Amino acid sequence: MSVTAHAPGHASGHEPGHDAGKRDFLKLVAAAGAAVGVGAIVWPMIDSMNPSADVLALGSVEVDLAPVPVGQAITVVWRGKPMFIRHRSPEEIKAAQDVKLSQLTDPQTDAERVKAGHEQWLVVIGICTHLGCIPLGNKPTDPRGEYGGWFCPCHGSQYDTSGRVRHGPAPLNLALAPYEFTSDTKIKIG
Amino acid sequence: MAGLHKSEIENPVLNWIDTRLPVITMMQKEYGVFPTPRNFNYLWNFGALAMVVLMIMIASGILLAMHYTPEKTMAFDSVEAIMRDVNFGWLLRYGHANGASMFFIVVYIHIFRGLYYGSYKAPRELLWMLGVVIMLLMMATAFMGYVLPWGQMSFWGATVITNLFSAFPLVGEHIVTWLWGGFSVDNPTLNRFFALHYLLPFVLIGVIFLHVAALHITGSNNPLGIDPKGPQDTLPFHPYYTIKDSVGICVFLIVYAAVVFFAPNLFGEPDNYIPANPLATPAEIVPEWYFLPFYAILRSVPDKLGGVLMMFGSIIVLFVLPWLDTSPVRSARFRPVYRVFFWLQLLACIVLGMVGAHRPEGIWVILGRVSTAWYFLHFLVILPLLGKLERPLPLPESISRAVLRGGGGGPLPGGATAKPMEKV
Repeated sequence: MSVTAHAPGHASGHEPGHDAGKRDFLKLVAAAGAAVGVGAIVWPMIDSMNPSADVLALGSVEVDLAPVPVGQAITVVWRGKPMFIRHRSPEEIKAAQDVKLSQLTDPQTDAERVKAGHEQWLVVIGICTHLGCIPLGNKPTDPRGEYGGWFCPCHGSQYDTSGRVRHGPAPLNLALAPYEFTSDTKIKIG
Repeated sequence: MAGLHKSEIENPVLNWIDTRLPVITMMQKEYGVFPTPRNFNYLWNFGALAMVVLMIMIASGILLAMHYTPEKTMAFDSVEAIMRDVNFGWLLRYGHANGASMFFIVVYIHIFRGLYYGSYKAPRELLWMLGVVIMLLMMATAFMGYVLPWGQMSFWGATVITNLFSAFPLVGEHIVTWLWGGFSVDNPTLNRFFALHYLLPFVLIGVIFLHVAALHITGSNNPLGIDPKGPQDTLPFHPYYTIKDSVGICVFLIVYAAVVFFAPNLFGEPDNYIPANPLATPAEIVPEWYFLPFYAILRSVPDKLGGVLMMFGSIIVLFVLPWLDTSPVRSARFRPVYRVFFWLQLLACIVLGMVGAHRPEGIWVILGRVSTAWYFLHFLVILPLLGKLERPLPLPESISRAVLRGGGGGPLPGGATAKPMEKV
């Protein structure tokens, strides 16, 4: 930089301020031009690491719920993640609805977590909100914890029949994913 | 040797670093005030340009490797997925594929600049030889990169080039089997080519570092080919040559972008968009354009081993060029006869390139043989004799004398002539 200040343009006899202003302007324009150019080429490079079109194309799955009996659950894969779909019994639904919000770590009513008219179906992302393990409880032989939902074997978090965290280090309820009923027994996730 | 560096950097944080690891002082010395001959023309841009292309190739290559699958049933499809599905994948791939061509254009100009101005002569012999190593590494890297898309040209190019080694007596077949990792070009070949294609650019960086380190010991050659005799003959690298290189980089990027965006398949072969088929060779099989002269030499010799040896020899001869050229005068500006032979040699290389692109029939066979003979004649016979027979023009006393006597008339206005003297 110091060399630039001594460059030939800076000859004696000129107003130094005038000349320095022009030089600063040229430097700014050059630096700004270079920054725009670099940005224009760096963005495509960064964006190339975002999900590609074929990955995004797997963004939705359709599930037929008819074969799932009451009290049972299935696991389907959506965007590489396990989705728990549970066919709840009336007792389980009641248990979930009767919980007082004040007892919850992450207060949320059961109604907010299911679709109205399809209360028997609970659809949640099966990933423990603590550190990403997959909780047990989908198979009839699995431990379901004290609250009858899911039990995470990694650090002992327990979820209730609405997938809400009731005990343990997990800070949040099992996450919900966007889905809709395409018919009474079919849903489309994503 | 041990002991802290006395840094003159004013910024306390930078000073703290520089005291312990004087990289800032080093950069100042090697790229800031580095005394550089004042008379460079734009041909001296091409080293910096090659560096820029290498950076682009490595950046785009690493990103491509994140989406590419080096497995024979999936390689072709993964490249097509890069073109269609990956965000800006087309830009990465076209940029990388054409970047290889640009790299060779830049490096070939860089080499011919060295040939014209005698940059390979003492004391820059080792610098030149490292440059030849760089070219060989580039060729190996480019060849293996071309195999990765696993199209017809990839596959048959790999088959032909690896088969070159079968020309060697006794061990040839074993070498080829070893290179392939099997009995034909197949999945093991693809896998190792991918690994090596990823590795070699980093080896390239190492050799380029040595190339530049050697350059900073000898200093740059210049269009006059005479050594700078004092500060009046040089300019600080920054800002004079950082700016001059930047101008060249801008022009280069315009050309590069024009190819990538408007003619991305200009240098490519349509047959490489057909997936590799080990049971059918394409009707017209040619290497990438930058290998055509060497390919022409290979085909011009009517003997398998002879052709292979001549082809490798055409590069090996460059290693001993500093000792083949016996003239003490570097720049062709002062060698009126060498200048003619330089252009003839360039012509021979271009003709060889054209020969390589045509079927070996009729006139192309003759042209190929004449040019091949000329190529070797130039290096092995003409250059050694010319140094003894040619009468060079008188050399200028110094760079500054020659520069200031020339165009413009009289000393340059302002501090341009005086300042650098005061600086150094």
